[in-house]
Amino acid sequence: MAFFLARRLLYLLPVLLAVSLLTFLIASLLPGDLAYTILGDQATPENLAALRRDMGLDQPIWWRYFGWLGNALQGDLGRSFRTGQTVLQAVTERLPVSLELMLLAQIGALAIGVPLAIACAVRSGSAFDRFMTGSAFAMLSVPTFLSAILLIYLFAVELGWLPATGYVPFAEDPLANLRFMVLPALTLALAEWPGIMRILRSDMIATLQEDYIAMARAKGLKASRILFVHALKPSSLTLITITGINIGRLIGGALIVETIFALPGIGRLLVSAILTRDLIILQGVVLLVGCGFVIMNFIVDMLYAVLDPRIRHGHA
Amino acid sequence: MTDRVLLSIENVAVDLPTPRGNLRAVDGVDLKLNAGRTLGIVGESGCGKTMLSRAVLQLLPKKAMLSGRVMFDGKDLVTLDRERLRKLRGRSLAVVFQDPMTSLNPVLTIGTQLIETLQEHLELDMAAAKRRSVELLAAVGIPAPEQRLTQYPHQLSGGMRQRVAIAIALSCEPELLIADEPTTALDVTIQAQILDLLAREQRRRHMAMIIITHDLGVVAGRTDEVAVMYAGRVVERAPTQALFKKMRMPYTEALLAAIPKIDTAPHTVLPAISGRPPDPTRPLKGCSFAPRCRYALAGCHVEKPALTAAETPAHQFACFYPIGTEARVPA
Repeated sequence: MAFFLARRLLYLLPVLLAVSLLTFLIASLLPGDLAYTILGDQATPENLAALRRDMGLDQPIWWRYFGWLGNALQGDLGRSFRTGQTVLQAVTERLPVSLELMLLAQIGALAIGVPLAIACAVRSGSAFDRFMTGSAFAMLSVPTFLSAILLIYLFAVELGWLPATGYVPFAEDPLANLRFMVLPALTLALAEWPGIMRILRSDMIATLQEDYIAMARAKGLKASRILFVHALKPSSLTLITITGINIGRLIGGALIVETIFALPGIGRLLVSAILTRDLIILQGVVLLVGCGFVIMNFIVDMLYAVLDPRIRHGHA
Repeated sequence: MTDRVLLSIENVAVDLPTPRGNLRAVDGVDLKLNAGRTLGIVGESGCGKTMLSRAVLQLLPKKAMLSGRVMFDGKDLVTLDRERLRKLRGRSLAVVFQDPMTSLNPVLTIGTQLIETLQEHLELDMAAAKRRSVELLAAVGIPAPEQRLTQYPHQLSGGMRQRVAIAIALSCEPELLIADEPTTALDVTIQAQILDLLAREQRRRHMAMIIITHDLGVVAGRTDEVAVMYAGRVVERAPTQALFKKMRMPYTEALLAAIPKIDTAPHTVLPAISGRPPDPTRPLKGCSFAPRCRYALAGCHVEKPALTAAETPAHQFACFYPIGTEARVPA
């Protein structure tokens, strides 16, 4: 197990390096001159040249990359030239909001998707199964912004049960915080459950054909134990992968959802950085989000080994 | 005690809908098994022997249609409600499947798979269930049983896994154990060990046992009675010794002739049964074995012979021209 972990960690390094390189390249290749953006159209050529020199923009690109990477490794991702806030400050301030949103969305998606998948797999081919599979397919094609608006209309405008926009930190008032989080999390969950349900359903149907399920039935076990212990565990490997990949989709979805629901999270930080051409913030946030995604997927891969002893022992 | 009928299979038929039409896998089988006795069901692949065992266990595929009665200890398993059936399975009625590579759950430990059965049917606390599991593993010849409890199936060899499956089957002292080709997936060297283990435990626990196999050699010294199946029907049924001494059905003879013997000269051609079993979606009018039978006459293709008793009521066969009668003319 320790060897397995060490090997996977080693694979992680080149991936993280590639993430940093791509982030830097994309930011550098974006049209528009950073010095010009900062100084505005009143700037003289001399001022522009001086600023470029100060910021190291006249250096070759690979030199700038290594300088930036070196600083980043020491925790210095630079400072916004608009707000003066460091990237790290800006991110740590907003990260809890986004993490909470994604966590709640993931829990919501699993809470909807897993029971439906099991119910469909048990009655595969039945009218219920066909209806749910069809509904999941329909839900997959509903864009996030549309379901967000529909949810706001229903729960905030018509019923008035939940607030449409705003945010209270969890530490201040947990209940109020959750009230603000329900609709954004539900919006994201609605986009994620169909994938979870469809993958788990087909894996469950395959597992239920296995000899060891017949054996479990022959042992006289309760149906719930057969489903949740004997069938669900070996069926959830692909589900775990999907959940990991979903994190990437959730980050993308958070951009839209945080903007619609006015949540002060990473997504909104990124959107405002793009709109104000705040390249330092943009670059730093993309790097952190990218690394976070890679590390989350690494953790998800580790879950494989927890679920399947054959992977743990190097048999598969 | 031994005269009590434990299992009575009465006119059981299993139909499977297939794209090519209805497939009659089991065609009106009647069998009885007394408590504490052993029955061998023999036949080639596709003869319906596994479907018959699944019918007894009520583990048929969802689409399968079952008719007839399976009386176990006075209860009809076919109509028994699910909860009472569940309480019988694993408790009074246990099974060992063919392939131990697939019949144990790969993601659960050996201990979990044993203990869950014990705790489901017997009122044991965790410590007692663990103790009992260790005893069971030791009884089926698994070395270092305490350590096995925390191991997973893939860490054990095929033979060891089948021993675990047997330990699970024996765990609640069942009255009937069905072993569905328990050695087919194993190395030849392990086969005899597993069969001897089953025979020993059967005697020690006075349980009834059904061994399903395609190998007459497997049932020879280990069963009280043998039923030979062909194309979904029982074609000969007799006490084991009587069957081997004086078989009446040409199919049984052909099956026995197809077993390689140690004293045949090298490179002699094995007397295989020519042809193939009939298509189960296109039932024949006459005897199902007639197209492959050395002794078949015109009448055999017209009418289906019923299973009838020979000299003793215990020996039954379904043949118009059985071996040992004058009427038989080799074609």
